[in-house]
Amino acid sequence: MENLIALLVAAPLLGAAVLLCGGRRLDAAGHWLGTLLAAASFVVAAVLFFGMLGRGAEDRALHQTLYTWVPVESFRADLAFQLDQLSMTFVLLITGVGTLIHVYSIGYMEHDERRRRFFGYLNLFLAAMLLLVLADNYLLLYFGWEGVGLASYLLIGFWQHKPSAATAAKKAFLVNRVGDIGLSIAIMLMFTTFGTFAFGPVLATADKASEGTLTAIGLMLLLAACGKSAQVPLQSWLGDAMEGPTPVSALIHAATMVTAGVYLITRSGAIFDAAPTAQTAVVTVGAVTLLFGAIVGCAKDDIKKALAGSTMSQIGYMVLAAGLGPIGYAFAIMHLVTHGFFKAGLFLGAGSVMHGMNDEVDMRKYGGLRAYMPVTFVTFGLGYLAIIGFPGLSGFWSKDKIIEAAFAKGGTEGWILGAVTLLGAGITAYYMTRVMIMTFFGEKRWQPAPDPHRAPDVEPAAADDGRHLAAGPVGSPAAEGPAGHPAGELPDPHESPRSMTVPMIVLAFGSVFAGGLFSINSAFVHWLEPVTRFEHGHPPVSAAVITTATLVVLLAGAGLAYAQYGRRPVPVTAPRGSLLTRAARRDLLQDDFNHVVLVRGGEHLTRSLVYVDHTLVDGVVNGTAASVGGLSGRLRKLQNGYARSYAVSMFGGTAVLIAATLLMRAV
Amino acid sequence: MNPVNYLYLAALLFTIGAAGVLIRRNAIVVFMCVELMLNACNLAFVAFSRLHGNLDGQIIAFFTMVVAAAEVVVGLAIIVSLFRSRHSASVDDASLMKL
Repeated sequence: MENLIALLVAAPLLGAAVLLCGGRRLDAAGHWLGTLLAAASFVVAAVLFFGMLGRGAEDRALHQTLYTWVPVESFRADLAFQLDQLSMTFVLLITGVGTLIHVYSIGYMEHDERRRRFFGYLNLFLAAMLLLVLADNYLLLYFGWEGVGLASYLLIGFWQHKPSAATAAKKAFLVNRVGDIGLSIAIMLMFTTFGTFAFGPVLATADKASEGTLTAIGLMLLLAACGKSAQVPLQSWLGDAMEGPTPVSALIHAATMVTAGVYLITRSGAIFDAAPTAQTAVVTVGAVTLLFGAIVGCAKDDIKKALAGSTMSQIGYMVLAAGLGPIGYAFAIMHLVTHGFFKAGLFLGAGSVMHGMNDEVDMRKYGGLRAYMPVTFVTFGLGYLAIIGFPGLSGFWSKDKIIEAAFAKGGTEGWILGAVTLLGAGITAYYMTRVMIMTFFGEKRWQPAPDPHRAPDVEPAAADDGRHLAAGPVGSPAAEGPAGHPAGELPDPHESPRSMTVPMIVLAFGSVFAGGLFSINSAFVHWLEPVTRFEHGHPPVSAAVITTATLVVLLAGAGLAYAQYGRRPVPVTAPRGSLLTRAARRDLLQDDFNHVVLVRGGEHLTRSLVYVDHTLVDGVVNGTAASVGGLSGRLRKLQNGYARSYAVSMFGGTAVLIAATLLMRAV
Repeated sequence: MNPVNYLYLAALLFTIGAAGVLIRRNAIVVFMCVELMLNACNLAFVAFSRLHGNLDGQIIAFFTMVVAAAEVVVGLAIIVSLFRSRHSASVDDASLMKL
């Protein structure tokens, strides 16, 4: 059984190698190959999963060592996989959602001439992500960690002909690098403290190390998690990462890669449990990001950026739950899985809307699309209900548990965290309702002629709106506007091809039922308990009160959004807005902060260093050279070429030497 | 006769030679003064040999003579070729070895 684990990684890796090295002759079949290998990985995962279910809870974890990767004295890194319940959960999520998004991309990227390469990158991502969650030591995890970073970079900048995409890719790469430094320092600290960085020995003996060391390791791991999971203060790259194709946003920047930080914290739970300071830092980061992302999500008019703010906020929930310790780990992972379903579904829905709207992303130019894209509307709507935590749907089960766990933290801290998570739930309801209303309800704001500079020479026939177009669930087999390449036509809202709608429907099922299924007899918690441990938290008020409060806050948020966007027409150009709105539109000034503090600060630092270099260092060097030059200019006057004067100096020198010798003798 | 007097003579001869080297311009004369200094040294060596009662000084005097003979060969050759190219035997005329 354990020999199958390597296959999980090998299948997508083979796909990436073949697709990226195969050249143009694979253009016709490349996307099928990529999808097939992703699906193969999913099938292997399913086989392993059912095999795991067949064993008792204690011996479910599998281990496979391929070979010793770095054998140097006591420094020993194995290329070894560990498949326990936590890894299994991630593997199923990654391969399952990954396969669906591969299928979706077949339709979405249909008109992109570099589709083969796109699938190669997607497979590369899957391989790296699976390596990350299957690794049995931190060094191999780091390898996968960098691998997903590379894949993320390649995919954000996939449309590299757009300067904005190229810049966004670089930004994501650079910001992630800051986090990666944290991970590498944490691994070094682990090696010096424990003499190894394999999960087993490190986590088993974590409580024997000094608390200071553990706090340092924990904070460094948190820095790594902040970078990869877009948490404050390393959050600035996620919004710009939306420059990538939408399937990438769904897979990498919503469902899987950005949750790697939560995986890292949960996996290293033993370290954090023994370092309360680091744990407090984790909770704080989670709580701040939760509100930060939610506020940003409220102000964005770009549908993908609004969803990106939401992703940030939901991962904030997960990080917060992971920081609560054994009362929260299982719920963090549960929210991660349900979020994987509904957020991937929402992004695919957004991609479907863009696909039908000529790649328009401004929600102020949508409106009333429910009649034109019924499948997208229903699946997006279910994802919407799931994310706001509508009773019975996935998000309700997972988010409610996190809110309860936050209250159960106890003391003032518990009340603050509980209040923040409740407030976050309200804001979530607000911004998601806003997205929903602006996109699918209200009057059609796209019907009037679009920007003249965008389509200067459009035929009048095309200006006729989409009445004549297929409004059924299955649109014309080939979508009109090639994704990513605005055709310069008027928007023709139409339903997307079946390859795109089927994954959305599957994900919608997940959004509706996953949370409920996980919660029957706390099945998910018991499933993870051997790995993450579980303690039942006791909130100061009863669970029913918390659930009621959550629902009240949710209704208030949704109602406010309805009052603002549902009952009044939405202006096509954004109003000026309050100070907070304007700040939130600029991502709460995160880039300005980075610019002023880091870029300017760095410039000042380098400028003063250059000044010191020019005056002090160069001064010493040039001064030495000048004084030697001046001295030798004087000395060379002695060299007059007359043999007799040289003879004088010889005689003089000899006389001095003899005199000195005699003098020394006398003394 | 007191051997110390030979040392006075050697010092006198050396001084004359050194002064000649420093003062005279004619290369031949300078050359001869160098020889004079060498021979003053030889005289001193021999005198010291007598003073100390061993033969070391006399042996070194022979070495000096051999070296001086070799020096004469090389030195005269240089002076002759210098005179051929410059038509002058003044050492001050050959002052090109400077920056």
